[in-house]
Amino acid sequence: MTRHSHFSFQRLLGIIVKEFTQMRRDRLTFAMMLGIPLLQLTLFGYAINADPRHLPAAVLLADQGPQGRTLLQAMKNSTYFDFVRQVSTETEAHNLLARGQVQFVVNIPENFSRDLLRGDRPALLVEADATDPAATGNALGQLNAIFSAALLNDLKGPLESLAATDGPIDLRVHALYNPEVITQYNIVPGLMGVILTMTMIMITGLAITRERERGTMENLLSMPTRPSEVLIGKIVPYIFVGYIQVGVILVASYFLFHVPMQGSILLLLLVALVFIAANLAMGITFSTIAKNQLQAMQMTFFAFLPSILLSGFMFPFRGMPPWAQLIGEVFPLTHFLRIVRGILLKGNTSVEVMNQLWQIALFAVVAMAIGIKRYRQTLD
Amino acid sequence: MKNGELIVDVRGMTKHYDGRAVVDHVDLQVRAGEIYGFLGPNGSGKTTFLRMLCGLLRADEGSGTCLGHDVIRESEAIKREVGYMTQRFSFWEDLSIEENLDFVARMYELKKRRQAVRESIEQLGLAGREKQLAGQLSGGWKQRLALTACLIHNPKLLLLDEPTAGVDPKARRDFWEQIHRLAAKGLTFLITTHYMDEAERCHRLAYIAYGKLLAHGTVDEVIGQVGLTTWSVSGPGLPHLAEELRARQGIQQAVAFGNALHVSSDDAAALEQAIAPFRHAPYDWRKIPSGLEDAFISLMEVSKDNFAK
Ligand SMILES: Nc1ncnc2c1ncn2[C@@H]1O[C@H](COP(=O)(O)OP(=O)(O)O)[C@@H](O)[C@H]1O
Ligand SMILES: [Mg+2]
Repeated sequence: MTRHSHFSFQRLLGIIVKEFTQMRRDRLTFAMMLGIPLLQLTLFGYAINADPRHLPAAVLLADQGPQGRTLLQAMKNSTYFDFVRQVSTETEAHNLLARGQVQFVVNIPENFSRDLLRGDRPALLVEADATDPAATGNALGQLNAIFSAALLNDLKGPLESLAATDGPIDLRVHALYNPEVITQYNIVPGLMGVILTMTMIMITGLAITRERERGTMENLLSMPTRPSEVLIGKIVPYIFVGYIQVGVILVASYFLFHVPMQGSILLLLLVALVFIAANLAMGITFSTIAKNQLQAMQMTFFAFLPSILLSGFMFPFRGMPPWAQLIGEVFPLTHFLRIVRGILLKGNTSVEVMNQLWQIALFAVVAMAIGIKRYRQTLD
Repeated sequence: MKNGELIVDVRGMTKHYDGRAVVDHVDLQVRAGEIYGFLGPNGSGKTTFLRMLCGLLRADEGSGTCLGHDVIRESEAIKREVGYMTQRFSFWEDLSIEENLDFVARMYELKKRRQAVRESIEQLGLAGREKQLAGQLSGGWKQRLALTACLIHNPKLLLLDEPTAGVDPKARRDFWEQIHRLAAKGLTFLITTHYMDEAERCHRLAYIAYGKLLAHGTVDEVIGQVGLTTWSVSGPGLPHLAEELRARQGIQQAVAFGNALHVSSDDAAALEQAIAPFRHAPYDWRKIPSGLEDAFISLMEVSKDNFAK
């Protein structure tokens, strides 16, 4: 007489439709969907990305030829650099940096012009005080472009081929005091991960507890639903919310913060699906464990704080002690940050991405399994 | 299911909360096509018992069948054939009437879902208002919506938990008429209620207090089981008389009913002795058959004393 219990797509669809409808009528959803990304982008993005110019620089010029001066002039014209001092020794230069009197030291070695015209790709060293990377990021980011443009006139005829290849000079940037330079390009794509983590966990963290507190859980449980149907059904609608957030952030990154987009956006969107699912699964699992909405919120923050601190968003990952790195490796955010930065900034392809992606996927599966196991089918 | 067949047949159902038995070894048998009333004061364990029947709560002890399925192990199968109307309105207030019904229909995997939803809306008499949010409905309409939603999958047994609480008398009468129509078609009902008039509209009843089933059977059987003797007295100054009577040994209750006072006890001789000093003019004493309410109040008083021990 007992029919065997089975996974029902009709029931799953029913729950998805229900959640979608409720989501559509809930103002909180829209606040989360648009409000949080815009707020965070403004806070993190603009507060940090004030594209500073006229940064004080010192020059250590050992070259006698004209090209060195051409480059310095070009740097000055870019308005990013103001040359406030000319120094003659490295010690002197380092002292200026250490005291914060200059942000950069530009070091043009002896015979720079001669080597350049010979096609030897002479080294040009720029040392930067990277304690406040946001301050130096833009200026450094422009250097290559500035130099190429400046040397265009000098490298004509037989030397033209130099300009086309690796560039005529060997530009070396030393970011001092901060091993992993976090620039605005680093922060804005990172924000995508941070915003998704926060909103996706929070939004689903409330999913089950809300049913409990409104008393509708009793009704839901009195019907023949299976845990997996309820949990998956509650997650799916929020994938769309996640994608809208991704869209908002990508558009803002491109148009407001001019983040370069080197790699495939399609690949990024695919990765985002796994990442969103992982966070939703974590949220829904909290929801099955929490007794009320307050507890669900607290759990959200307990997960969110270490995520943001240990993922490499706040502090350079490699700068953290090994135990912290070990914990950091667990969070989906850590891997997602690497992927996003990799795709957008380095033009990474699926080969590099896979390395991180499987770890996010594993997290999603484990979190979901715990959630389904923990989901109570009775009111006990 | 044939008439007379046992739809619910459970024994020893027990549930503890914080070490206290809120449902204490309750046996219950409900036959097919029957309207079974489940009565008892607040907190006596009615809701808990219904929840155990339909698998919403795990029983600590007990065994038996519900619709032929094992009540402990086969709650999935039971859920498919039972309609459970919760004490508090538990449909989604931010979904419309139609969306709620459609959701329920999907949960039970109904084949002709749209048709079932449309028919339900028409039955409800809410055609044209189906887009209204459930949260905006009045208490009476919420109750009707809940009942309709519980019926959409053609259950064989309906568990209704105080379905008429807070509903006006006209709506209550309509509701009971609908229940009787459905029962005539073979549906079985287990209904909890506080109202005496509703109790008397049930085919059989059970009375539960402090988790214990104290009496069960037809109205007459329950009254008989309590074995109460009741006198009705009318005359001037009844509230004062009631005070005096309550203070005497041998009187269990003295309750005002309109212009009369019902005085009862389960010891007929002691009662007669106790009222003897007052059996004179201007009072008019008459022995009457005990009512259901007298019986229940007596049951409650006795069980309160027992529970306090
Ligand atoms: N989840 C629970 N936790 C602790 N006590 C409970 C819980 N649910 C019910 N109770 C207690 O069990 C008793 C019976 O409750 P209930 O079944 O709701 O009674 P009724 O429906 O007859 O009013 C009450 O004393 C109530 O306080
Ligand atoms: Mg109750």
